[in-house]
Amino acid sequence: MKTFTYRTADDVSGGLEPGATFLAGGTNLVDLMKLGVATPDVLVDVTRLGLDQIGDLPGGGLRIGAGVRNSDLAADHRVRRDYPVLSQALLAGASGQLRNMATTAGNLLQRTRCRYFMDATMPCNKHAPGSGCPAREGDHRNLAILGASPSCVATHPSDMAVALAALDAEVRISGPAGERTVPVTELHRLPGDAPERDTVLEHGELITAVDLPPLDLAARSAYRKVRDRASYAFAVGSVAAALQVTDGTVRDVRLAFGAVAHKPWRAHRAEEALRGRPATRESFRAAADAELAAAEPLRDNAFKVTLIRNLVGSVLEGLS
Amino acid sequence: MTATTERAVGQPIGRIEGPDKVRGAARYAAEFQVGDDLAYAWVVQSPVARGTLRTVVVDPLVEPDDVLAVLWHGNAPRLGPADDPELAVLQSDRISYRGQAVALVVARTLEAARRAAASLQLEIDEEPHDCLLRVDHPSAYEPEKVNPGFPASSALGDVDAALAGAPVTVDVTYSTPALHNSPMEPHATTALWVNDDLVLYDSNQHPPGVAAAVGALFDLPADRVHVITEHVGGGFGSKGTARPNAVLAAMAAKVTGRPVRLALPRQALFSMVGHRTPTIQRVRLGASADGRLTAIDHKAWGQSSRLFEFAEQTAVTTRHMYAAPNRRTGHRLVRLDMPTPRWMRAPGEAPGMVALECAMDELAVALEIDPIELRVRNEPAVEPESGVPFSSRHYLECLRRGAERFGWHDRDSRPRQRREGDWWIGTGVAGATYPAMVQPSTARASRLPSGDYEVSIAATDLGTGARTILTQIAADALEVPVAQVRVRIGDSTLPMASVAGGSSGSASWGWAVTGACRALRSSSASSATFDSSELVAQQEKDGKHAFGAHFAEVRVDAVTGEVRVTRLFGMYAAGRILNPRTARSQFRGGMIMGMGMALHEESVLDPAMGAWVNHDFAEYHIPAHADLESVEAEWLDEQDDQLNPMGSKGIGEIGIVGSPAAILNAVWHATGVRIRDLPARLDKILPYL
Amino acid sequence: MDLVVNGTEHSVELDPRTTLLDALRDHLGLTGAKKGCDHGQCGACTVLLDGRRVNSCLILTVTLSESEITTIEGVDHPVQEKFLEHDGFQCGYCTPGQICSAVGMLDEAAKGWPSAVGDPELTDAEIRERMSGNLCRCGAYPNMVPAIREAAGR
Repeated sequence: MKTFTYRTADDVSGGLEPGATFLAGGTNLVDLMKLGVATPDVLVDVTRLGLDQIGDLPGGGLRIGAGVRNSDLAADHRVRRDYPVLSQALLAGASGQLRNMATTAGNLLQRTRCRYFMDATMPCNKHAPGSGCPAREGDHRNLAILGASPSCVATHPSDMAVALAALDAEVRISGPAGERTVPVTELHRLPGDAPERDTVLEHGELITAVDLPPLDLAARSAYRKVRDRASYAFAVGSVAAALQVTDGTVRDVRLAFGAVAHKPWRAHRAEEALRGRPATRESFRAAADAELAAAEPLRDNAFKVTLIRNLVGSVLEGLS
Repeated sequence: MTATTERAVGQPIGRIEGPDKVRGAARYAAEFQVGDDLAYAWVVQSPVARGTLRTVVVDPLVEPDDVLAVLWHGNAPRLGPADDPELAVLQSDRISYRGQAVALVVARTLEAARRAAASLQLEIDEEPHDCLLRVDHPSAYEPEKVNPGFPASSALGDVDAALAGAPVTVDVTYSTPALHNSPMEPHATTALWVNDDLVLYDSNQHPPGVAAAVGALFDLPADRVHVITEHVGGGFGSKGTARPNAVLAAMAAKVTGRPVRLALPRQALFSMVGHRTPTIQRVRLGASADGRLTAIDHKAWGQSSRLFEFAEQTAVTTRHMYAAPNRRTGHRLVRLDMPTPRWMRAPGEAPGMVALECAMDELAVALEIDPIELRVRNEPAVEPESGVPFSSRHYLECLRRGAERFGWHDRDSRPRQRREGDWWIGTGVAGATYPAMVQPSTARASRLPSGDYEVSIAATDLGTGARTILTQIAADALEVPVAQVRVRIGDSTLPMASVAGGSSGSASWGWAVTGACRALRSSSASSATFDSSELVAQQEKDGKHAFGAHFAEVRVDAVTGEVRVTRLFGMYAAGRILNPRTARSQFRGGMIMGMGMALHEESVLDPAMGAWVNHDFAEYHIPAHADLESVEAEWLDEQDDQLNPMGSKGIGEIGIVGSPAAILNAVWHATGVRIRDLPARLDKILPYL
Repeated sequence: MDLVVNGTEHSVELDPRTTLLDALRDHLGLTGAKKGCDHGQCGACTVLLDGRRVNSCLILTVTLSESEITTIEGVDHPVQEKFLEHDGFQCGYCTPGQICSAVGMLDEAAKGWPSAVGDPELTDAEIRERMSGNLCRCGAYPNMVPAIREAAGR
């Protein structure tokens, strides 16, 4: 690990010197620093900024502090009652220990688990821009089927972010240029030709909170994660869904997919295809197909198309 | 003298070191305090699979105050000749695999050593590499012997004619991936030189072997190398002999004049310390219509490194498992630009029995015979190839009693018949076997002034229960209660013990301990020593095996293809069970590793990069708590007086033999999907659901 | 900096890069917490930080102030006796982490924190899921579950 200067942040205004980065739970950053994949010169500790509260928003909904630990968020009674998909997604991720450490913002900003990215001795356009992407021809069974580019086929590993994408969450950001709010679905970028950039955050911008708007149908919501062992493994594919059905017809729906793209994948096309349709497994799967028509699987990950289609059918059926 | 005591052997005595382990007081190799000037070493591994290391450039501005030495072949001390070329570390400019140790940084702190290691510039002339095992590889050859010394091939009768004439045949190819032992304690050594003698606190399965191997490299007789191995955080074969960490630590201590600690990072365990070779196995079976095997043909391809020929005995088990007049086994090896494979729990048996026992299941389906009945019809009277009678063989009893306990009898033999909600449910069976081996060892028994006894042998306890079992054996041989016996192990200066491997520890060490204790009891001397070498040499080696049967119930999610093992059951006949408590744990541990082999574990090769790319615990999936539902082991009371004074067979490995096949056969029964390339991941199953 | 470990205050001089795990093992002589992976992927390094179970390998010690750390050396809990009773370990290397994790987990369950299993009671399935952040290569899992269940008073 490279040497660095450590200091605690004084306020939430953000702002960082070049080479500096924010540190919160450390579960991903310290991991990557040990591997030599992250090499900050300065660590600015943001865990003492009081960002660890969950509050009610005036018009309904919740404001989740950026520093709220994943385990506290998953256990919050309002989250469990009004947004069960979020609690389930959090609990599907990592381990009890890691959830006690990891924060809301850190979870959103965790980096891909692509095996080439995680190994500093490998070429990777994300950790060494221009060095190439061995995953496209090499190991990519668990990489992207949607929105990838010739330079990067990485996936975003978060479970929580998939639920937040389905819930129309908004990310509150504070930085040198002031405050701004970005829908969580627009926080993460697709890789394009700049895969080294995971998100739209500018240097020095700090996530201070995530706002969950009131969403009645979220009370009937669920997260289903598939992985290679029964627990403590990253997703091979996941679906977050919220569904409202009246008289056998889909009135409203939210759908997002995990482990399929460089960002949590909000399935707008599938949602459009479903609204007003009968709530049957057939229409659920047809809606999934509408979204997955854009999939461009690689040699070894075409199974994810089937997996996500099946999951959408199964999860929505469970909610209807 | 104490009056006759109740026998200790056979009692479920708790582990002697248990209280230390649950309080964090048990010390492992990297945990000994050896002085204030301890230095830390970090190994630098080759980033290419093949080439020449021209030079190593050190940046003098990185950790200038703390780096003590940077060693590589250009400046490292010359070592004596090594039997194991992997131990000739930093002696040559040749790079034989990605991950090979090419340099070592020694620093005052761990952080500085790691940072300086990452900053070294390696100037390498890279060469094209060849890393992919395939059956049509032009350089595939038949090795002279396969591990540990079996002939590479065997043949009886006319297999081709028998197959051509058989009314029912199976011709299948199974493949198993490279697997990594992955003990929880990474390989580690703390090394110090004391007046030209070498002291190594080292995590290994054989302290005397490590002392001899490292001693030879530093031109020291084994008795001037003191290897201390108090506790070992698992090995599963990967610590069976000295590994590069021991040599590197000793070298660094010599160069810096300080004690040096080298604990390998987890990632390095995926290259530097061994693995189970990937295998490709073709099994052909011919049978009469009534299910009698007329031919068995088992051919296995494996790989080794450029450095060292390790030829796994993948097809050897097939030589004694079933009767058939015409039979053939063979091995082919391909030397690749890859790390050296080594022992991993049941080398040979574990992957070999995947192919044989799944092929038997396929044959049972083809014959429309219950798979247990098929095995009953092919039970041999003597070892089929050697002609030697079995010292004991209760395979069929294991199958029958296991079937009763598991609830096999009302099984519908057709696949894809049981569905509960989204889950397809099925059951499978497979046989298990492991040779009952014994190796020469020496033990010493002494009377202590307190009236208690001390028994010493340079054995190790990797979690097997050895320390406890040897105490029980000694107590019985001395005819005293276990409370009066102190067993000392884990130190190379104690009387010579064989390796904790081949499931032979208890048999080998127990024999020596029994001999020493009996000798002491029949004499008035203060101590007695016993060497089992002569008795062991006189023993018939063939015909001695443990047997067992594994049963699995799985459910497969029709939506996702996920497999869960709802029940795993093993019934064993493994001679006398010395401690039912530790034995049950070992059997179950083997079965759980077998479950990992069936469902999760795979070192994923990128042939272009010449690397296994999933080299950590996040990506190489060993079973977690949530993967286990019901895992049970039972055994028959087997008497066999041709083995050793205890009548025991080894039990450390048989649990992983056949359990993967039972699970794969259950996956087929649940879904109708036959997985022939392990592991049975959801992406291989999902397309067929 | 000052660290409170198992109720005792220690003054140590540390590189900012030193993780809590390395501080415990190499600077304080508390080697009970184990290094199995050094990346939060195995749980062998689990300790209790202000009563909550965490992976000490991913915590930079410099970030800790006014925190109370409990390692296996400071744990005195029925789960230890139950591990002995049920043979809940073999090699013992994951054991301190399993025990610290179980202690933290039982507290979480008592507070009503949910798990991915979703059972209202602390069933065996709940124990297995909640303990999944602690790997054991020896496969002592089936013995640990009843040990933890009984330590929970069930």
